[in-house]
Amino acid sequence: MSETKSRDNDYESSLKDSDRAVAAFKPRRRGALGTAQHFLHGSPTMVPVIVLLLSVAAFGIAAPNFFSAFNLSLIMQQVAIVGILAAAQSLVILTAGIDLSVAAVMVMISVIMGRLSVEFGIPVPVAILLGLVCGAGTGLLNGLLVTKVRLPPFITTLGTWNIFLALNYYFSNRETIRSQTLDAEAPLLKLFGERFTIGGAVLTWGVVLMVVIFVVLWFVLNRTAWGRHVYAIGDDKEAAELAGIRTDRTLVSVYMLAGGICAVAAWASIGRVGSVSPTSFFEANLESITAVVIGGISLFGGRGSIMGPMIGALIVGVFNSGLRLAGVDVLWQLFATGWLIIIAVAIDQWIRKVSS
Amino acid sequence: MKIRTLIAGTILSSACAFAAPALAQSGDVSACLITKTDINPFFVKMKEGATEKAKELGVKLSTYAGKVDGDHETQVQAVESCIAAGAKGILITASDTKAITGVVKEARDRGILVIALDTPLEPIDAADATFATDNFKAGELIGEWAKATLGDKAADAKIALLDLSPAAPSVDVLRDQGFLKGFGVDIKDEKTIGDEDDPRIVGHDVTSGNEEGGRTAMENLLQKDPNVNVVYTINEPAAAGAYEALKSFGMEDGVLIVSVDGGCPGVKNVQEGVIGATSQQYPLLMASKGIEAIAQFAKDGTVPKPTDGLDFVNTGVNLVTDKPVDGVPSISVKEGLDRCWG
Repeated sequence: MSETKSRDNDYESSLKDSDRAVAAFKPRRRGALGTAQHFLHGSPTMVPVIVLLLSVAAFGIAAPNFFSAFNLSLIMQQVAIVGILAAAQSLVILTAGIDLSVAAVMVMISVIMGRLSVEFGIPVPVAILLGLVCGAGTGLLNGLLVTKVRLPPFITTLGTWNIFLALNYYFSNRETIRSQTLDAEAPLLKLFGERFTIGGAVLTWGVVLMVVIFVVLWFVLNRTAWGRHVYAIGDDKEAAELAGIRTDRTLVSVYMLAGGICAVAAWASIGRVGSVSPTSFFEANLESITAVVIGGISLFGGRGSIMGPMIGALIVGVFNSGLRLAGVDVLWQLFATGWLIIIAVAIDQWIRKVSS
Repeated sequence: MKIRTLIAGTILSSACAFAAPALAQSGDVSACLITKTDINPFFVKMKEGATEKAKELGVKLSTYAGKVDGDHETQVQAVESCIAAGAKGILITASDTKAITGVVKEARDRGILVIALDTPLEPIDAADATFATDNFKAGELIGEWAKATLGDKAADAKIALLDLSPAAPSVDVLRDQGFLKGFGVDIKDEKTIGDEDDPRIVGHDVTSGNEEGGRTAMENLLQKDPNVNVVYTINEPAAAGAYEALKSFGMEDGVLIVSVDGGCPGVKNVQEGVIGATSQQYPLLMASKGIEAIAQFAKDGTVPKPTDGLDFVNTGVNLVTDKPVDGVPSISVKEGLDRCWG
């Protein structure tokens, strides 16, 4: 029936000579710069990767003792803690928020884990578990303040930063738990400081932990509905809501996960520092933001790959180590980090302006 | 209207100005203690010392503290409150040693005795007196001890210096340069860190005075030269961090670590051989002596005189070690533990 009809009214046969191409824009010729811009727009992680490779090469030539498996692995040990914090920070920044409390949460949780095991004699695994729960709890507080009380994330976490810092001093009684005490009573807390060697490289389990966290987050953010929701909220919260995403619930879960990761960082930091010190990592919250920004995640949310911040943390580590080994005064490390931030964001802005 | 406001204002302000001293005269002597923060055990101990002495002498003590190290604004407000409350004397560890001098002058003009504790003001005579640790001497002691302990090997030592911060505040410079002088290094300008050209110096790095910074700085300097065998540290937390780094390089046995402070965890680390020797300072003594001075000043107007040869009152520093050497006075770890703080 339909066949007959189509033969009777065969209007379309005359179309066979016409232009069959789908409507398209004429490809415009781009210069090398334009091509680069497009390439980077498509794969934003490449910017920090290129910067990392270039800086390793440059310091390898300029700084004595820099380019060895041992030194490069040492840099990884040095950035592992800030790297893990940067993972937590990235989650929040992807939702167009910011978390100023990450370092305070980490130090407070490390004090909680240490005190519970050493002073209160609670079995170490239980103390660690309680620490992780408290970490998620801090995230719950941040998340509820952001979603239910509708405070901007900056204000919320500026407030909780101070609160957690105060609690840190309260819980720790401003005292350090010494390395020797931990060795005797709670060696499990120092697990992530344990070393192993591959060739000339010396790595700690803390470094492995950092890489695992980033890989897991990459999978979750790219391959699960929850992950896509996180990006969607960061890109345009209202649109995400209209599309049926329960934005408040997702946001709270993001802050809780970030708090949980900070608690994991706390455990790892005890291995790194050796002792439980309430005064360590004073600037780590800003360092984590620095790593995220240099790693190419947009502070406006919804854009950037989760792998970027790990590379960003490594870039800062490479600059610090390289400048030190080249015998440069400490103040130039600050100077270099400052320019790295500005250049990273400038490149990010430039890539965003990509045309057609 | 304008005139009336002016008159009202004048009456009000003069009433305040007169009321405050009047209040003080009617009651006991009152004093203020203003610290940089109330977080650091050093200042906690200071407050303890002041509170105890004030109770003993019947001095009414009010305490104030900045929110963080460097919180100048809160300290200015605290001095103003003390002036308004008619205090006889103010003890202050200034966060901003130059900027605070303005309001300090105001206090002194009203006849208040101002004593700088631990941290001298700039210039030092901006305060009536300064009660402090001789930080240069503290550095010298550990330098001399390290040199004597190494003996002949001191001539080709490899020295790593773990300082405080890129800003290099005076305590940082004094301890660092004191140590090098004690060790027998030509320190050139004693106001500048890092202008020495002695080949025994591997390098300087900064630690923020905590364990994490100490570890990273030590790692960096070991990368520069793995033969480091003498480590100077700004304080004991930094020393503990340096020890962790040395341990991770498998070098904890062959390296001598020296430090300054005398906090209880630090002295325990001397006991266990993590730190070779540390110079102990006495915050409690600074504060209690300060209160005594204020009580004395209230009685007969005596202003405390600086220690001979120095421009401040030296509250003492002792080398704490269980491996004493000839020619460098020291106290035992046991005594150090009895007198430690924090």
